[in-house]
Amino acid sequence: MDQVSLSHLLWIGAILFVSGVVCMTTKRNGIGILMGVELVLNGANVNFVAFARYTQLGLDGQVVALFVIVLAAAEAAVALAIALNFYNNHHTIDVDRGDSLSG
Amino acid sequence: MDDIGYTLSWYLRLAWLLPLAGFAVEVFAGYWSNRHSKTAAYLATGCIGAGFALSTAAFLCWGSHTDWEVFAASDSAGHAFLADHVESETDHGSAGEGSHAVAASHDESRQAVFSGTIYRLGTFGDLEITIDYYIDSLTLLMFMMVTLIATCIHVFAIGYMSDELTDEYVDHSAHTSDGQHVHRPGRFYRFFSFMSLFCFAMLGLVLAGNIFQVFVFWELVGICSFLLIGFYTERHSANVAANKAFIVNRVGDFGFIIGLMILWTYCGTFRFADSELDGHTQPGLFSMVRGSHGHIETHGEDVILNTELHDGHWTAPHDPERTIPYALLVVAGLGVFGGCIGKSAQFPLQTWLPDAMEGPTPVSALVHSATMVAAGVYLAGRFYPVFTTEVLLAIAYIGCITLFIAATIAVVATDIKRVLAYSTISQLGYMMLGIGLGGWAAGLFHLITHAFFKSLMFLCSGSVIHGCHHEQEMPKMGGLWRKMPWTAFTMLVGVIAISGLAIPFTSIAFSGYHSKDAIVATALAHMQLNPIHFLLFLTPLVTAGITAFYMFRLWFYTFTGKPRDEHVYEHCHESPMVMVAPLVLLSAFAAFCAVGGENGPLYNMISFSEPVGVGHDETPMGLTTDVALPSHGTIHEVHPLAGKVALLAAALGTITAALLYWFPMVDPGTIKRQFSGLHSFLVNKWRFDELYDVAFVRPTHSVARWCVNCDKYVFDGFLHSLARASVWVAVVDRKFDEGIIDGLVNLAGTATRAVGMSLSVFQTGRIRQYVMFIAVSVVALFALLFAFITKA
Repeated sequence: MDQVSLSHLLWIGAILFVSGVVCMTTKRNGIGILMGVELVLNGANVNFVAFARYTQLGLDGQVVALFVIVLAAAEAAVALAIALNFYNNHHTIDVDRGDSLSG
Repeated sequence: MDDIGYTLSWYLRLAWLLPLAGFAVEVFAGYWSNRHSKTAAYLATGCIGAGFALSTAAFLCWGSHTDWEVFAASDSAGHAFLADHVESETDHGSAGEGSHAVAASHDESRQAVFSGTIYRLGTFGDLEITIDYYIDSLTLLMFMMVTLIATCIHVFAIGYMSDELTDEYVDHSAHTSDGQHVHRPGRFYRFFSFMSLFCFAMLGLVLAGNIFQVFVFWELVGICSFLLIGFYTERHSANVAANKAFIVNRVGDFGFIIGLMILWTYCGTFRFADSELDGHTQPGLFSMVRGSHGHIETHGEDVILNTELHDGHWTAPHDPERTIPYALLVVAGLGVFGGCIGKSAQFPLQTWLPDAMEGPTPVSALVHSATMVAAGVYLAGRFYPVFTTEVLLAIAYIGCITLFIAATIAVVATDIKRVLAYSTISQLGYMMLGIGLGGWAAGLFHLITHAFFKSLMFLCSGSVIHGCHHEQEMPKMGGLWRKMPWTAFTMLVGVIAISGLAIPFTSIAFSGYHSKDAIVATALAHMQLNPIHFLLFLTPLVTAGITAFYMFRLWFYTFTGKPRDEHVYEHCHESPMVMVAPLVLLSAFAAFCAVGGENGPLYNMISFSEPVGVGHDETPMGLTTDVALPSHGTIHEVHPLAGKVALLAAALGTITAALLYWFPMVDPGTIKRQFSGLHSFLVNKWRFDELYDVAFVRPTHSVARWCVNCDKYVFDGFLHSLARASVWVAVVDRKFDEGIIDGLVNLAGTATRAVGMSLSVFQTGRIRQYVMFIAVSVVALFALLFAFITKA
């Protein structure tokens, strides 16, 4: 077993990020998209923590990760409000139905 | 000396201007009073009657100033009075021009002529236009004659025009477009206003002291004649006649203007008599051309004008300061005489006078027999010193031709006024002939006597027309003396006067005998001196017979015999006293005004003002011809013979008329049939009207038509095609604008839209797709950035 290095953690972060993006692009369910958003945010968080452990970033990295968690929570609240409104208007959570802005 | 001239000029000025004041009032009188009032007539008659009184007063004043020398017994060799003296000059020049056979008995301390300037209108360098007067015995005589005859005619017209005193006058000779007779308000006042204006113009012409002023009043009498001939404006024939009169007169005036221009250029003045300018005496036309001895100074081809004053006589200076080519002097004389031809209806401009009978009869009496047409003769007499020998010969021939043509036409005319019109033309020809032959006083003598008997005869015919209810054709009359004795008698007086009848071996004769006799005697003397111009004696002699014939024909046809139309005869009545009284007065004058003949007061008054040199010199004169004008002595010698042959001719004419019309031994109808070609030629007035129609009227109309067509098709066509071209350009422009420019703009718009539409494919509205795009773009951006960073 090699030592766990920065690059491994960055790989995890990247995999989480990409999964999140894929989830956002492919999920029809609105809540699913929100899950993707969470994954993206968490992937970014992992990156921050990794850099906090292995570089000179130090504690700042961890503080930023806290910020991001709080932001993610707030943003999730807002996003859920949006999803609720979406449901009120379209009576479904399938985002493909919200294409009235086509041109 | 100044006083007398001043007084005379004021008398005559007043007499001249009173009718103008009358005109100004009368023109508006119709609006102040109703159409039944005769105020305008009384005013007009009053003005002209006062004019007569003033003229007579002037005459008496003049006579007493000259101690009645005019009526003193004069030697038969003639009297020569120098004709031009400036008003303020008393000259004591010598009577030394004894190179001619003159028995001069003049006293130069008296003046025969009064002239002066009333008002200066304008000065152009050396040239002046002024209102002048020129008063000699002829002026006074003309004033008295014109005002007397005018007064008689005004009184007559009060009666004659009385059917205009109504609010509705029915004109039976004029029709409206639907065939009805024209109904119009009466125009009594307007007639008298025109008559007053005419009197003003005529008197102004007589008084005029320069030739330009004569021309101004010439035109004015022409206008008045136009207004009076066309008095019945609703009648087409009257309008045509008025136009014809004015236009034919204008043709003559064209010559008049040419004469004026020549004189203005070379002589620098229009004035007849000498005048004072800044103490310097300027010669007038008469002095310039004829000088104090009555000769025209020629030097080669030029005439030297007399501009130097020596002891009161005008002579030509040695180095001439003013000359005029002789030919141009002839042209000037012919030009001015051209005006006389038009005004006095001489050949070839005689066609207007018979048509002028469309006017009411008082107009014919006043304007077209006694005064306006006499103005031409008056001017010929007045302007005599400026006429050269060639011009005088032309005048004589034209007079001769005229008198013959008119007399022949009068023989066959049937309208009573036409006969008198042609008679007027013929007698005017006599007057012109007299003047042209050198019988200055004879021609003017005939003017005065003719004025009286012709106006008398016109008024008588007016009386007949009025009495027969506007019937003018003689074939419908006959036997009228029973119904209209006064008219018949006075007409007979006039007819005897014009025929020149006298009782032989006594001196009982009416005025026409003396005056015609004077002319025939002059003609005979002239023929003796210039046998080649024998026609100038034979024609008036023969025509005297023709005159007697047609005048007696008129009288017999109208007044004797059986009535030819019962209707006319029944309704015929004598005219009221207001119309008959002037007839009687005029007949007295027509009979007795020339009592004494050549030694009588009338002739003496005229010959008192004879221009210098008339009747003295019998040397043949003239640059191109050689005509000797007879002297008083020669004329006096042949006088008895001339008198006898003239009387013989007149008597023959009278007897022929009596044979044909009084106790008809020969039926005129047969003669008419025999000579039907000649008859129709004469009835058609020698076809002058047709000739002028073809020669002048039709070409003018075709030129006018050509102009109309040119205007309509060429000019308008050009303008229309310009308009069409503009419209075409506008259409093309629109197509260009709409097609190309708008097309380009639209294309830009369409292209943009197309691009936009094509790009809108990306806007599907699907969220997942948008997220995908974001992700792909970020990756692409990263890849690009990394590509550059690694390179860098």
